[in-house]
Amino acid sequence: MPKSESTRSRRTAARAGCAIALTGVCAGLVPGAVQAEEKKLLIGIVELQLANPFFGRLKKSAVDTAKKNGLDVMTAEANTAGDSATQITAIENMINRGVKGITLDPANATALVPIVKKARDAGIVVVTTNTSLAPMTAADAAYETDNLQAGVLIGRWAKATMGSKPAHIAMLDYDLSDKTSKARHDGFLKGFGIAEGDPQIAGSALNMGNAETGQTAMENLLSAHPDINVIYTINEPAAQGAFFAIKNAKRDVLVTSIDGSCSGVRSIADGTIGATVMQFPIRMGEMAVEAVIRAVDDGVKPSGFHNTGTVLITDHPVAGVDSKDSKWGLENCWGK
Amino acid sequence: MGTRELLGQVRMQDPELTVATAPQSDSTEGAVAAAAAPPASLQRPTRSLFAYPITGPLFALIVIFVVFSLTTSTFMNAGNISLIAQQSVVIGTLALGQTLIILVSGIDLADGAIMVLGTVVAGSIASHGDAVLAMALGFVACIVVASINGLVIARFRLPPFIATLGMFTIIAAAARLYSQSRSFPVTSDLLSVLGSGPEFGTVAVTYGTMLWVALTLVLGYALNETPWGVRVYAIGNSPIAARLNGVNVTRVVFSVYALAGVFYAFAAWQALGRTPIADPSGYQIANLDSITAVVIGGTSLFGGRGGVAGTFIGTLIVVALKNGLTQAGIDSLYQQIATGALVMLAVGADQYLGRGHRA
Amino acid sequence: MTPVFAADPSLAMQAIGLTKHYGQVVGMEGADFELARGEILAVVGDNGAGKSTLIKALAGALIPDSGQVYVDGEPVRFSSPLDARLVGIETVYQELALATQLDITQNMFLGREMRKPGVLGSVLRQLDKKRMRQQAAEQMHNLGIRVQSIRQAIETLSGGQRQAVAVARAAAWGRKVVILDEPTAALGVRETHQVLDLIRRVREHGLSVVLISHSMPEVFAIADRIHIHRLGRRAAIVSPKTTVMSDVVAVMTGALPSDAVVSAALAPAGAPDF
Repeated sequence: MPKSESTRSRRTAARAGCAIALTGVCAGLVPGAVQAEEKKLLIGIVELQLANPFFGRLKKSAVDTAKKNGLDVMTAEANTAGDSATQITAIENMINRGVKGITLDPANATALVPIVKKARDAGIVVVTTNTSLAPMTAADAAYETDNLQAGVLIGRWAKATMGSKPAHIAMLDYDLSDKTSKARHDGFLKGFGIAEGDPQIAGSALNMGNAETGQTAMENLLSAHPDINVIYTINEPAAQGAFFAIKNAKRDVLVTSIDGSCSGVRSIADGTIGATVMQFPIRMGEMAVEAVIRAVDDGVKPSGFHNTGTVLITDHPVAGVDSKDSKWGLENCWGK
Repeated sequence: MGTRELLGQVRMQDPELTVATAPQSDSTEGAVAAAAAPPASLQRPTRSLFAYPITGPLFALIVIFVVFSLTTSTFMNAGNISLIAQQSVVIGTLALGQTLIILVSGIDLADGAIMVLGTVVAGSIASHGDAVLAMALGFVACIVVASINGLVIARFRLPPFIATLGMFTIIAAAARLYSQSRSFPVTSDLLSVLGSGPEFGTVAVTYGTMLWVALTLVLGYALNETPWGVRVYAIGNSPIAARLNGVNVTRVVFSVYALAGVFYAFAAWQALGRTPIADPSGYQIANLDSITAVVIGGTSLFGGRGGVAGTFIGTLIVVALKNGLTQAGIDSLYQQIATGALVMLAVGADQYLGRGHRA
Repeated sequence: MTPVFAADPSLAMQAIGLTKHYGQVVGMEGADFELARGEILAVVGDNGAGKSTLIKALAGALIPDSGQVYVDGEPVRFSSPLDARLVGIETVYQELALATQLDITQNMFLGREMRKPGVLGSVLRQLDKKRMRQQAAEQMHNLGIRVQSIRQAIETLSGGQRQAVAVARAAAWGRKVVILDEPTAALGVRETHQVLDLIRRVREHGLSVVLISHSMPEVFAIADRIHIHRLGRRAAIVSPKTTVMSDVVAVMTGALPSDAVVSAALAPAGAPDF
């Protein structure tokens, strides 16, 4: 799932593609303790190459939370979207190492189910981050952005902003077989109050979630439908690319997006993007790890779906939709 | 009577290879000339239209334009045509370098990654430094990396596919590491100048488009009008023949990869002109796009046949397809199917017409 | 006192004591060679006799371990085929070394392209295609080779025509010696006759010709002398006028000793060690 850029620690960057195992020597750290502290290993697995700043941030947050609580960490990641095989192998290794809990960003909703079951059968607590398994109950709990809700928020905002003006909508999607992409797309339509195939949708085009493909997609759509006046984009880089197309065509178009990267919030501030929805990868990592810790320490197993938060960011608020302005956004954004 | 005298009296009637049989005793060059076959024509031999490698791609381009103009009313308007040109400049410039490499029977899977590295180097330096320095270093980065490809392939004889595949992986990661995966908005006029240009109503002729055309012409001249160009084609046709004739194959092949790097650097400049953001996650499949443009344009993957005119057309085909299909509301997966089918057609035609033949 | 060896300047080419070992394998062992000016010398020998090793040494494609090659009586040292070319020796390899998708003119000038005079040629490095075409056409014409157009791609020519182009190229650039490696090996009877006639014309133009061949009838039809190669050295050099075909074959295979045939050597063989 492509997200917009953010800074990452150099350490995180250097680790891309490698599995790092740190064995603890907890037992020796508490001198004189009658009860030896149990060796704990907490593992975070992130789906995409850590080069994508969203996942970089998510993983860093998980690792930091674990360390802060005195846990040891074993990490692994798949380099490409959809690479479940690497994740399965990594989980098998972690089961062998005797980890107590796993946070997983599954590359594939169904392929990871069997190995997760095996882990849970071995007494390991497994929670998902960013996206869930199918069925969601295959893991103990899920911590993610409610992408459908995110779409709904910008959809409602866009509808309210357009008011009575006739809308000609362009959808700049990412591959719709991707769960997150589909959820955001559907959410926008729902929030705008229309269904698939509605005549108000002037056109749609796929892009790869970066600026240059967003730009090309927007250019082609504008060429065919010069009356487009509101767009949904999968993420902020695509929106920024689309904006170049809009500027070159000298049009006035309402731009909506999702992500809440700092770069994206700056685009809100300078008017490039009308509204975006912020995600909270830091909170996601924290919540997931804390849930695992609680399960291991207190035996309170986590469950259910936890929305790590969606906040509409815009400098042009509308009635009926809660939002925060770009100033707030810049204080709470992720990435750079 | 010796055998030689016997043979000397036989008159050769072969119309293709005629050797004069004037008596050897008074055979001077003048007499030979009088009795010998008429001189070979200096004119081009007649051949069918289809013998020209550019016919097929040109035909395909025309068909595409005709079909889309019928399905989408907005396709053929001047604004869209100029849009197609603008959308072509990045892949088009990149594909010029790829053309060179494919002509010597090589391939470059790293061209897009090298270009992206160039944009990232230039963009990051320009964000807190001098724009001219940024551009210079961007160019240097591209040329150096491409030259390493050339060294590894020409001198150490690594297969181009493997070498450039490895380089692609390395450079893609390097660009991300260098930029820490962030993108840099480009505010420098110098870096983004290729995106601007004179406008005539809806038609914008960007400097980038002009540069693309100019680079195509320059490379075309080099390939067709200089000794270096002849040697490039000779090496693609038969490196053995070239070497036996005193061509320094290693040096020419190296120069091809290094020169391709220059085009990749120009492509990076084009990319920043079109989208003034230096983004390490951009142009991820530009390598495939550039190869597609070259192959669809009629250049043979086996080397020695084709050229930049074909690549120019091939680029337009790839871009026009995407442009037209998007406008017609057809799913982008069909775009990929259409492009892939065209590639197979192009390679198939190349095979069928008996080209791609190594000496 | 060791006698000083002086090569014979009346010989176009001469070689004394060429030796080349590939590890255990002997490529050449004290091989001698002589080529009279203006003659067609056939080089014959069984497979594995070392003919191609000898030819490569003469053509500059191989550096012998020891021995010396002379051209017009002057000692020469070849470190690459380019060196041999510079001295005036051109070679037509069995593979012809033609780039089939290029045309006749481009092949004739491959590696030695002409550029236009002045700025166009030096700064812009522009080819002088017209002049090259004219010269190529002239060369083909002088040798009596007819093709439809000097701009024809090699791939459109028949085997015999391609051979003719390769020979014409060597004859055009060669100033002293043309070496032909099995020029008629892949040709039919009629084309063979035509190429042999072409070779005679090359000689008429003042070049000396070394012709490697497997075909005895062809050798006897065209050669002035025959160099018989065996076991990495010259077994004998004879004249077709004084030696019959069966004897040549016998010396080739070792059935007859070298001294059983009349030597046609012009220079003394087996010079002192180097």
